[in-house]
Amino acid sequence: MALKIHSALLDQLRFHGEQTYPYECCGVLVGDFDESGGKTVKAVIPCGNTRTDSPQNRYHIDPLELVRIQREAMLSGCDIVGFYHSHPDHPAQWSATDLADAHWTLCSYVITSVEKGHAVLTNSFQLQDQEEAKHFDDEVIEVDN
Amino acid sequence: MAIKILIPTPLRPYAGSKSIIEVNAQTVGDALGELVAQHPDLRRHLFSEDGKLRSFVNVYLNDEDIRYLGKDATPAKGTDTIAIVPSVAGGR
Repeated sequence: MALKIHSALLDQLRFHGEQTYPYECCGVLVGDFDESGGKTVKAVIPCGNTRTDSPQNRYHIDPLELVRIQREAMLSGCDIVGFYHSHPDHPAQWSATDLADAHWTLCSYVITSVEKGHAVLTNSFQLQDQEEAKHFDDEVIEVDN
Repeated sequence: MAIKILIPTPLRPYAGSKSIIEVNAQTVGDALGELVAQHPDLRRHLFSEDGKLRSFVNVYLNDEDIRYLGKDATPAKGTDTIAIVPSVAGGR
């Protein structure tokens, strides 16, 4: 499995993390699933972080934003294939909170570490299995230029 | 005209791989009931054992969260769209 993304779109989500530093950014990845379960990102949709009580270490996307993004994606023949957020001054690895609050099985969860305001590492993880047995698997990011 | 229910990607394996399912119903609760009647495997992904929507499952009638309308009893008609969206959250 792999997440395919154009370098300009990858730059866009990484830059979002720099813009919101020292707070977490978040957004949605819209694209296609292929028959083998791989994904191609066609659009990066930045979202607001509603966790204004603790934006330095938590994020939450307004469900209404998800409703509208899902609707627009389906109208254009695409799907929500994943999500992204940043970890300010923290590794680009999923946390216990990331797993507990992840519910979109087979979708990608992309995390960028942002150190002192600069995006450093970006990793992707695919959520697997049903709610009671869910876990993240490492996922290769294939960057097109 | 039937009500359209938009199925999010993680639930499609339990909904015959469909992204949109049409049902005939008078309320959102009846529409969801018809949905799980058509696709029984969806039930445990949408509802807890006490029959309530799971805490991380959001249900919108068009652009309105049904929790702020009439919940299950919210009236629905044939031109309406029901969207099911699991929550998206986390953090380091």
